[in-house]
Amino acid sequence: MKSHVWRPLYVVIAFVVALLVFRFFYVPNDFGSGKRGFMYSFHRKSNEMEWKNQPAKYGTSGRERMHEYCSACHGEIVKLRSEKLHGIIPCEDCHGPAMNHPENPEKLNIDRSRDLCLRCHTDLPYTTSERKRIPGIDPKTHNTGLECVKCHNPHNPSLEGMK
Amino acid sequence: MERREFLKKCIMVVAGASVPLSALRLIDPEKVLAANPDIQWAFLVDTNKCVGCGFCVKACKTENDIPFDAHVSRTWVERYVYTKDDKRYVDSPDAALYGFTESRIDLGRGEFKEIDPDNVGKAFFVPKLCNHCSSPACTQVCPVGATYKTDDGVVLVDRKWCIGCGYCIMACPYAARFFHPVYHVADKCTFCYHRLSKGLDSACVNACPFGARKMGNIHDKNDPITKIIMNERVGVLKDEFGTKPQAFYIGLAQEVR
Repeated sequence: MKSHVWRPLYVVIAFVVALLVFRFFYVPNDFGSGKRGFMYSFHRKSNEMEWKNQPAKYGTSGRERMHEYCSACHGEIVKLRSEKLHGIIPCEDCHGPAMNHPENPEKLNIDRSRDLCLRCHTDLPYTTSERKRIPGIDPKTHNTGLECVKCHNPHNPSLEGMK
Repeated sequence: MERREFLKKCIMVVAGASVPLSALRLIDPEKVLAANPDIQWAFLVDTNKCVGCGFCVKACKTENDIPFDAHVSRTWVERYVYTKDDKRYVDSPDAALYGFTESRIDLGRGEFKEIDPDNVGKAFFVPKLCNHCSSPACTQVCPVGATYKTDDGVVLVDRKWCIGCGYCIMACPYAARFFHPVYHVADKCTFCYHRLSKGLDSACVNACPFGARKMGNIHDKNDPITKIIMNERVGVLKDEFGTKPQAFYIGLAQEVR
């Protein structure tokens, strides 16, 4: 064959070789398809461990385990919670994530704001929704400017025991 | 060659050619078993139980370091309101991070619509998150292999490998993906993979006071979630897209997509 055929071909071959060499060094060794095949799971295997090793912040899992964990120190408060009312709310929803509490953070950042209570207790006119079973108020008229916890006990909110 | 002989051979050639190549491939038992591993995570949402408190969104954003003030979220809660004169409204202000504390509907662009309480026909809340589809469209389109489905059924994004092109964000039919404002890569619900591997529930499941969100191993027949999915009437979102979602919903409506 004439050189005018070979010369561009050399360029192409050199390009392909350069690409393969670059790929060999650049792509991590653990790159490959998982069991779900090339289409759905072509990935870097070690990334799975990276996700698994992320630190968790919310500690407890499940209401029973949460009660067990928190009552080790705060037994009185956990006992106070009425199972029917606020007993269904996990402690960490208001008290904040407590994975390594009491070491770190030593003190939890409690959300006592009105807005937190209003998440469930704003009156919405939805008769078909479960929301309607929760007692609701109109935040614009109900003791505006006052924190709910000033009058209501958040752990046992029954109106009889009101402060 | 005789005519009879010729016809016989013709039939043989046609029959042979019509056998697909895949039929001749031997089945590797290891591969069959691998396609059916012990754990396949699935999500179950009971929309009847949701009251729209948004504790799930708050917990998710806290657990996974998604900035509160960024208008992106791995999970969100939608409110559906049907009026008696047959109008339908859907909104999710701030992804319901602070719950639904107002009766007016957020129409977007700073516009709001107050609905007469007497005119409200039915209303309900629907929590949404990544469906962790069996055939996810998002992982197919990734040009660099940065997003993938793990063997236990979770769709993840490799933050080191993602180039932030946004193909997957466009490909997801459920708008479950977004661009992470801090890491500048595609981000999405991971089913709290780090919590699952530590034996904990995901943050949103953990935070829900009403049990509207649950998670289980769909390959374990004794798992309470699997039992509900097998025995009760559950639906998935946008079934017609063929993505085979692994988030199942109790109490879906036609408008919920």
